[in-house]
Amino acid sequence: MKLDAKIPEGPLAEKWSKHKFNLKLVNPANKRKYTVIVVGTGLAGASAAASLAALGYNVKAFCYQDSPRRAHSIAAQGGINAAKNYQNDGDSVHRLFYDTIKGGDYRAREGNVYRLAEVSVNIIDQCVAQGVPFAREYGGLLDNRSFGGSQVSRTFYARGQTGQQLLLGAYSALNRQINLGKVQMFTRHEMMDVVKIEGEAKGIVTRDLITGEIETHAAHAVLLCTGGYGNVFYLSTNAMGCNVTAAWKAHKRGAFFANPCFTQIHPTCIPVSGDHQSKLTLMSESLRNDGRVWAPKTVELAQKLRSGEIKVTDLKEEDRDYFLERKYPAFGNLVPRDVASRNAKEMVDEGRGVGASGIAVYLDFAEAIGRLGEDAVRARYGNLFDMYQQITDENPYKQPMRIYPAVHYTMGGLWVDYNLQTTVKGLYCLGEANFSDHGANRLGASALMQGLADGYFVIPYTLGDYLATIGPKAVDVKHPSFEEAKKNVVDRVNQLLSLKGTKTVNEYHRELGHIMWEYCGMARTEAGLTKAKGMIRELREDFWKNALVSGSNNEFNQSLENAGRVADFLELGELMIDDALDRKESCGGHFRLESQTEEGEALRDDENYAYAAAWEYKGDDQDEVLHKEELVFENVKLSQRSYK
Amino acid sequence: MSKNMNLTLKVWRQKNADTKGKFVTYQAGHVSPDMSFLEMLDVVNEDLTKKGDDPIHFDHDCREGICGACSLHINGRPHGPKHGITTCQLHMRSFNDNDTVVIEPWRAEAFPVIRDLAVDRGAFDRIQAAGGFVSVNTGGVPDANAIAIPKVIADEAFNSATCIGCGACVAACKNASAMLFVSAKVSQLALLPQGQPERYHRVQAMVAQMDAEGFGSCTNTGACEAECPKEISITNIARMNRDYFTAKLIKQEEA
Amino acid sequence: MSNFAKTFSSSLGKKLVMALTGLFLCTFLIVHLVGNLQLFKDDAGQAFNAYAYFMTHFTPIKVVSYLLYASIIIHAIYALIISLGNKKARPIGYAVQAGNQNSPWTSRNMGILGTILLVFIVVHMGDFWWKYHNADLPYAKYEISLDNPNDIQVSELPYDANRLVHSEITDLQAGKRIVVSKDLYKIVNNAFQTWWYVLLYVIAMSALSFHLIHGFRSAFQTIGWNNSRYLPLVRFIGVWVFGVLVPLAFAAMPLYFFFK
Repeated sequence: MKLDAKIPEGPLAEKWSKHKFNLKLVNPANKRKYTVIVVGTGLAGASAAASLAALGYNVKAFCYQDSPRRAHSIAAQGGINAAKNYQNDGDSVHRLFYDTIKGGDYRAREGNVYRLAEVSVNIIDQCVAQGVPFAREYGGLLDNRSFGGSQVSRTFYARGQTGQQLLLGAYSALNRQINLGKVQMFTRHEMMDVVKIEGEAKGIVTRDLITGEIETHAAHAVLLCTGGYGNVFYLSTNAMGCNVTAAWKAHKRGAFFANPCFTQIHPTCIPVSGDHQSKLTLMSESLRNDGRVWAPKTVELAQKLRSGEIKVTDLKEEDRDYFLERKYPAFGNLVPRDVASRNAKEMVDEGRGVGASGIAVYLDFAEAIGRLGEDAVRARYGNLFDMYQQITDENPYKQPMRIYPAVHYTMGGLWVDYNLQTTVKGLYCLGEANFSDHGANRLGASALMQGLADGYFVIPYTLGDYLATIGPKAVDVKHPSFEEAKKNVVDRVNQLLSLKGTKTVNEYHRELGHIMWEYCGMARTEAGLTKAKGMIRELREDFWKNALVSGSNNEFNQSLENAGRVADFLELGELMIDDALDRKESCGGHFRLESQTEEGEALRDDENYAYAAAWEYKGDDQDEVLHKEELVFENVKLSQRSYK
Repeated sequence: MSKNMNLTLKVWRQKNADTKGKFVTYQAGHVSPDMSFLEMLDVVNEDLTKKGDDPIHFDHDCREGICGACSLHINGRPHGPKHGITTCQLHMRSFNDNDTVVIEPWRAEAFPVIRDLAVDRGAFDRIQAAGGFVSVNTGGVPDANAIAIPKVIADEAFNSATCIGCGACVAACKNASAMLFVSAKVSQLALLPQGQPERYHRVQAMVAQMDAEGFGSCTNTGACEAECPKEISITNIARMNRDYFTAKLIKQEEA
Repeated sequence: MSNFAKTFSSSLGKKLVMALTGLFLCTFLIVHLVGNLQLFKDDAGQAFNAYAYFMTHFTPIKVVSYLLYASIIIHAIYALIISLGNKKARPIGYAVQAGNQNSPWTSRNMGILGTILLVFIVVHMGDFWWKYHNADLPYAKYEISLDNPNDIQVSELPYDANRLVHSEITDLQAGKRIVVSKDLYKIVNNAFQTWWYVLLYVIAMSALSFHLIHGFRSAFQTIGWNNSRYLPLVRFIGVWVFGVLVPLAFAAMPLYFFFK
């Protein structure tokens, strides 16, 4: 199968406008004859559901949480990028496009990224119109701040809760459509499978998480807006419930999975404190605007700090190594996430890590407090400082924060074309769940931008084209495909419930996480990855023999929910390893030790790896087949990323 | 680092909405003060699962205090003994060795128990759907900087908008009133220019839905404000009252 | 249902009724207090009895007084309706509830305080209001010197069904003004000679204090009058005028007679 990304012809800046004109339209009176399923109600899902319903389509929206407002988009802290150039500091659509392509280490599609930058300006307008309370200047106009990987201030924010405010905006738009009867909302429903009829997606199978009922829902198209799979690492900044199940089931039904090994490790997270740890907490990237990252100059000093022999506040200025400022004078503490993370790891590997475990570096606000005063720092980051103190019992106003990278975002996801359609017709994928816009590394404040761009401004156009093609003939849930899919799901649930071994699902999850973090984390090698592949296979086999799942199906059963998700992670993990093995170059978040510059930076191999790796599922326990989508760069010159 | 603790937990166990619940006592040993409250429950649940018992069910998701999924009434207080945080942000260092900890679900007619400590807060969504929005379709909106909004107003609207919909206000209120929750959204949009066209319709629609869900009346005890993890002020309630009476008695605008 | 009726059957509307009737009762308390200050006058109750007559026989005041009785009844009935509704909103209570950690005691116990006050009002009105209107009270005859209004001769007249409640004659020849009134003052004086009766009043006034410390401010919150500039003033009046001054002054009356 040849992958066709369907990138429109013509100059970069005209592609989207031309494409929009060429897309078929559905007559307003016919729209109500179509039903669209939207799975997931985060930024992408809620915005898509609301926008499609506003156009007149009937929407059925699903989320596993008890309310659509709880999707994990809510946790995004820092902000959302948009090429508004309100600050008159040289920003433009083209610059945002360029920064994003470069930030992604040239592994994203030009056409998609340009479109993203283009519609970014509409997103801010839309959100303001909904009543999203963005930060403002005293003059009443919108405020901006700067974020990693860019030299302009283009990030719009709402204190440290931008994701929350944007999601609540999308949630309110969704609520309006629920009120109008155009969206039917199904909370506490987990998508268990995609139903295909004659090769096209026509519905889904869900499990009602309260009653356990396995239900089928038919529609003319299915949109997966189900977020990322960072929880494959067990510990991540994702919510506990974030999972790959919906995307994975779609993958098994024929949707290719692209660049699964591209995961983002966020540099500023609160370090792990013990085995009981269930998740990691992010400290917003915005902190790097004023915080300075450092480690002790020598291993000896670090040892003394770890043992408590000396206190961090006793350390003299000349004994501190502000390693990001030293190595990257142009961007300093605001280098992209992958670069900052890798450098922190380097410090720890050298033995210069701090904290009881030695797995952390410092993020210091002493200079900012001296320059701006404690009150100004509190006004900017108060909630984050409080959060830090709550978790660590240390006062960041008095001593530097301890931070360490943690899994935060997955750039990989279901392969989609320019229309956001997967390799299964009628099955679309939006937001973090797809792979399209961030290449090998996502810049800060771009996830919110992409989720909302896909939902508000891309899918309402591109979906219409498909729907106009297939016509409004109703889909019947009595079709045998639905029965077959439902039976598969019931069998799978029963299989999970029959597991009455000795190890809890959590224990498997934690082990999988250890393997992934160790061998497929911030630094990867051929040997390590090969070893990990075997380990995951063994772990998966063991899971299906010795796992322990409690309870029954016909009840609210969190043990069963978790088991299903971990079982899918155990399959995904292997694919991530395969992908990392295949890509014998370093790029963005994917760092192969075999491929680095003399200075230890990621060394790309554009000649051999300038492609998106799309994997095709071939059956249980069989290696997947790789399809390559060559990336064509006509508007940017590929170069070694430099933030010096 | 301080040493581990042993705790006695009295946990409300209830199979489902239709069965009667009861308190069951568990011992939680080797609790690290660095654990979060939910991680402590995770450990208890691992033990229960291995013993063949059903784990304790409770809602949780982001575990960083923003999604609003976690609840738990701990020793008589929603989200436990500390101010301005959710249960998932509560750490065990807030407890002492040999403490007894009583854990109950949110109690309200409008929040029926689903299982153990998890309750159904769908009423909140229905209230929001009744009017908690500005009626704009996607696209065709003015430039974001077309309307200047005074910083103080934007900040105040933001403070109201930080509500996470956890339900602690209802849980804390002796009347199980949802006024703080409803007024936070009403206020946010009443403060902003974008919310003006539907201001008086919105407040009536949302209050009507709130009443229909079976929440109690506000008697201004201030418990909601004191227990709100986002420290939302009861000034919002006064603002909502004012708008409601203006809408009903002066504007005569039908809901 | 009309919009108006809908308003007052909503949870907010019911609270508005509580707030408005409550505030009206607060203004009455001030009037009642000012009038009752006549009790402290050393005139054998002449001014107090005249005031009692004025309050019960001046038509506009009579109208207001019916409004007042209605307010008391409505305030109590709505309190009951709201309390029952609130009970229904939480059918299963908590095993442990640490209300003292998040709210003042007074605010959580308005029902109990209100019930004490209601019982008090019934007793109080039965003993004074009802007796004044219906019982065969003796009369006091005041002979007040026109030259010196402080020179008052008082004598008691027995009850006579034909006598006016209050009459005044000025006898220029004798240089006296003669006032005959139903002697409520005496009833008051007699009532407050019993220690437990005085205690009842003191308890009721402390209940009033707690009720108003929360109630006054709360009414403004309910109405939505919470301008941040004036809110401190409302709080000050709620605590110091209605929470301290008014109940103290009322409580001083029985104590005054008891210890006189």
